[in-house]
Amino acid sequence: MPFQSTVGDYQTVATLETFGFLPPMTQDEIYDQIAYIIAQGWSPLVEHVHPSNSMATYWSYWKLPFFGEKDLNVVVSELEACHRAYPDHHVRIVGYDAYTQSQGSCFVVFEGR
Amino acid sequence: MSKKYDAGVKEYRDTYWTPDYVPLDTDLLACFKCTGQEGVPKEEVAAAVAAESSTGTWSTVWSELLTDLDFYKGRCYRIEDVPGDKESFYAFIAYPLDLFEEGSITNVLTSLVGNVFGFKALRHLRLEDIRFPMAFIKSCYGPPNGIQVERDRMNKYGRPLLGCTIKPKLGLSGKNYGRVVYECLRGGLDFTKDDENINSQPFQRWQNRFEFVAEAIKLSEQETGERKGHYLNVTANTPEEMYERAEFAKELGMPIVMHDFITGGFTANTGLSKWCRKNGMLLHIHRAMHAVIDRHPKHGIHFRVLAKCLRLSGGDQLHTGTVVGKLEGDRQTTLGYIDQLRESFVPEDRSRGNFFDQDWGSMPGVFAVASGGIHVWHMPALVAIFGDDSVLQFGGGTHGHPWGSAAGAAANRVALEACVKARNAGREIEKESRDILMEAAKHSPELAIALETWKEIKFEFDTVDKLDVQN
Repeated sequence: MPFQSTVGDYQTVATLETFGFLPPMTQDEIYDQIAYIIAQGWSPLVEHVHPSNSMATYWSYWKLPFFGEKDLNVVVSELEACHRAYPDHHVRIVGYDAYTQSQGSCFVVFEGR
Repeated sequence: MSKKYDAGVKEYRDTYWTPDYVPLDTDLLACFKCTGQEGVPKEEVAAAVAAESSTGTWSTVWSELLTDLDFYKGRCYRIEDVPGDKESFYAFIAYPLDLFEEGSITNVLTSLVGNVFGFKALRHLRLEDIRFPMAFIKSCYGPPNGIQVERDRMNKYGRPLLGCTIKPKLGLSGKNYGRVVYECLRGGLDFTKDDENINSQPFQRWQNRFEFVAEAIKLSEQETGERKGHYLNVTANTPEEMYERAEFAKELGMPIVMHDFITGGFTANTGLSKWCRKNGMLLHIHRAMHAVIDRHPKHGIHFRVLAKCLRLSGGDQLHTGTVVGKLEGDRQTTLGYIDQLRESFVPEDRSRGNFFDQDWGSMPGVFAVASGGIHVWHMPALVAIFGDDSVLQFGGGTHGHPWGSAAGAAANRVALEACVKARNAGREIEKESRDILMEAAKHSPELAIALETWKEIKFEFDTVDKLDVQN
């Protein structure tokens, strides 16, 4: 009888930190996450970078952090505008927390090629 | 006002029981759970504890008249019943700040939990909590980096960090050990960890381990595009040896080292923490031996005190138990002391075991590490209990995966991210835990197999040390 292994092969994947192991989110799922950022009182911030530089600490800001922005639609349209302007860049949304000077949330919405 | 020397033995309560005393903001306050020998009045027991942990000796001595002892003595200012317990009571004691050397946790503990614990008039004694005054806190260095700096260094945001201890915990060669590290990190973990028992044994000397681990980290970072680390245990036989190991970790460009703060001792820990801040190194703290000290409900030191002491002595991550895994710890108590690690102010809250308001001022926070007998099914509860500022560590729950450590790591990472995503979207992740995990498993064969492998494993034993509440 030929040897039959029940062991699968795990292939290493290149990922972009938080939510990198989940399948791409639907539009509604992304809206939920942005709503969470706004509900926490964090400032939405859009950042982008060329994929060759994705491990860098600093990605380019898209404009400036949207301090105090509470309108989900504004954030979504800025994300899309950034993606249109840099179609080959990774684009991420950050929930910037000025109290801790940290990012309460951060994940890539559009992956560049 | 001068006094006359009157040789002999006075009752402790004449000097050290001062129910009218109003504690000062600069006093260090302590709450002890006392169980006295039969027939000894509560006030006498409590006063004896205050005396023996501060200025007192069993006999009056002439030389105490050379100073103003009223300025230096500890005072018991309150006695309270322990709910549901007739033989024990709480004694609240205030110590003047000048009794302690600035920035020395070693000195505080030597006084508060020194000789007094062997005192014959007591059957049991337990230090339940300490309120450190701001003046003392500002004299301590605290965590070398803290939660925010660690997130910035490691580039991890918006979720708990994920780690695992390398297993088997003893007996692997350096190269084999590095292999297991590599497998875990390429599978999606942020950190791997030396087991606390791993120092520098004949089967694997420390230089050899450090070199192979460094290679595993660099390779996995290149392949995954994410930042990785491994807690290199620098706990050693002497401080000199400890620093030599830490220096080598730095030379290799490693982001984090590890220390066992109880077996290694507070002096070593505070020294290493200062070294870490100076050298830009994160510090992971393990707590071997803590259960010897903190598990008995009537004797020893509660872990919330040890956790507070560690935050002052220095560490960026501290093991806190898991609530749900194989090791002791009830939920409310654990929440109480993880607040002490992470918050800038923790109010008195007996339902969480916190006896005092504790203001931490500007002291950075410490990540709570949940480790020990946890697996993917626990993930929703862990995320709910510990929140984002935690490190969740699955040892057996990673290496025990039928496909190996990389797949085990990926399963945990998928489960973690699914829980965070669901929480952010407003779902009740503990109630809906099964649905959330099963949905995530549709996109991850690694998770599906992990869920199948550990579906029956539970650790449901009653907690030995519970909060004191009326039944």
